[in-house]
Amino acid sequence: MSDATLHTRRHAFRAATEEAPLLRITLIGIAVAGLAILVFAPLAVVFAEALREGWLAAVESLGNQDARSAIWLTLLITAIAVPANAAFGIAAAWFITKFDFRGKAFLITLIDLPFSVSPVVAGLCIVLLFGANSAIGGWLVANGWPIVFAIPGIVLATIFVTFPFVARELIPVMIEQGRAEEEAALTLGASGWRTFWTVTLPNIRWALLYGTLLCTARAMGEFGAVAVVSGKIRGQTATMPITIEMLYNEYLSVAAFSMAALLTALALVTLLLKTLLELRHADQLAAIRRH
Amino acid sequence: MTHRPLVHKTAMPGLGLSAGITIAMLSIVVLLPIGALLLKGANFGLSNILEVVTRERVAASLYLSFKLALLAALFNLIFGVLLAWVLVRYRFPGKRFLDAAVDLPFALPTAVAGIALTALYAPNGAFGSVAQEIGWKIAYTQMGIFIALVFVGLPFVTRTVQPVIEEIDREVEEASATLGASRLYTLRHVILPMLMPAALTGFALALARAVGEYGSVIFIAGNIPLRTEIAPLLIVIQLEEFNYDAAAAIGIAMLVISFVMLLAINLIQIVSRRRMGHV
Repeated sequence: MSDATLHTRRHAFRAATEEAPLLRITLIGIAVAGLAILVFAPLAVVFAEALREGWLAAVESLGNQDARSAIWLTLLITAIAVPANAAFGIAAAWFITKFDFRGKAFLITLIDLPFSVSPVVAGLCIVLLFGANSAIGGWLVANGWPIVFAIPGIVLATIFVTFPFVARELIPVMIEQGRAEEEAALTLGASGWRTFWTVTLPNIRWALLYGTLLCTARAMGEFGAVAVVSGKIRGQTATMPITIEMLYNEYLSVAAFSMAALLTALALVTLLLKTLLELRHADQLAAIRRH
Repeated sequence: MTHRPLVHKTAMPGLGLSAGITIAMLSIVVLLPIGALLLKGANFGLSNILEVVTRERVAASLYLSFKLALLAALFNLIFGVLLAWVLVRYRFPGKRFLDAAVDLPFALPTAVAGIALTALYAPNGAFGSVAQEIGWKIAYTQMGIFIALVFVGLPFVTRTVQPVIEEIDREVEEASATLGASRLYTLRHVILPMLMPAALTGFALALARAVGEYGSVIFIAGNIPLRTEIAPLLIVIQLEEFNYDAAAAIGIAMLVISFVMLLAINLIQIVSRRRMGHV
């Protein structure tokens, strides 16, 4: 049979494992319309509202002292929280996948715990442990190390809400890869660190980058937990999301949406990188989805 | 009975270092703070916690948070499965773009989502003005909270179900069709049961996220006590008044209710996996 007849046949008869064209078009329509209303419309509004009074007003609103310090603070918090989380994720994944011990499932559950805790409750927990009224917090404040209403508290809150991100991506990949390659390297006389840098890390680098990206997006945008622990001191503990809230509540719409647009642009960059990573390194990341 | 060692002996290096970092960070960042909350609750006493939780305003906010989170997660369960199916099985222009856009609610900061949704659904907004013409008010009502919760929970079900659809063996569908089942019958009785365990996992994640959601909700909610005030906001209000005991009581109530709900979902999941014959 020629290719042409095959082609017409495929059009003439619907395969038994396909839906009727009308149903298919309806489902695609619902999906597209749903995403347009739920996702694309809010995204478009952020930029439309920011540019309501033109580019100049939008850019100018980001130039003042408070806005600049908010941007710096968010970058600083992200620069501390994300590497800390990556280090934890690597250590936890190594511990969990390279050793056999009792209570492993329980440990994994504990690492996932922050996913099911409200960010506000997370902030509350940190205030209760490190606030000036608690034993630990009181001692720290007396020694000039305030945690709550200061940068360390914001860092802790950010690490709390992003806690499982890196570990969750690494564990399935490292389970799939097993221990044979590391064992071979060790048998050949490589040190533990050398084995990690030259054998393990290259095997997990894309999953590590993937987890780090997710972690970065969340760290830059965290609001609930930071709102509770930061004290919202303008110019000192107000991060970008907190500044957005303050500006919005003062009816400074253009300024609020301009900062929101800047954060959105950063979020879109992480999303783009993540999508590229998924296209390029589908094989390694597939392990994450399988588990 | 032989005694199992805590850690099996192995030549793999780094046990002390990796275990040390893991346990130290887990303790400082997660376990000690949660412990502090539970300790606060224990000192406050069960009867006092119950007194706080049953106050009209607190009970209303807890009921609202869990009710709307459940409704939003249900919406996301249905829409998420549909979206996953369309994105895996059909070919159409812009599909890859759409697939990437599903993750946007994960990437977009909640405060940004909050003010954007409010601008959209407020009476003078693009969607809000249309709704007002047919007599609907969305922003500053429970409907607005529902929309915000749908937004933040959108990706969960799709992302858990997609890989399962990708791995479905087409022969199963062919067998069903050969035996005379209509396509809709196959979808309903063959495909859907296969997707259920993953869909429920996504549902649980979306639910947990929606229950505790704060940033995207408070702007659109209007925050009217007894009507549109969510439980996390009430915790923030108590904290601003330095009412740590009451804040802790509401926080513990939220943890307990979430825990019970997730446990129930896990049980349903085990049952639906059993029905599928692979436990």
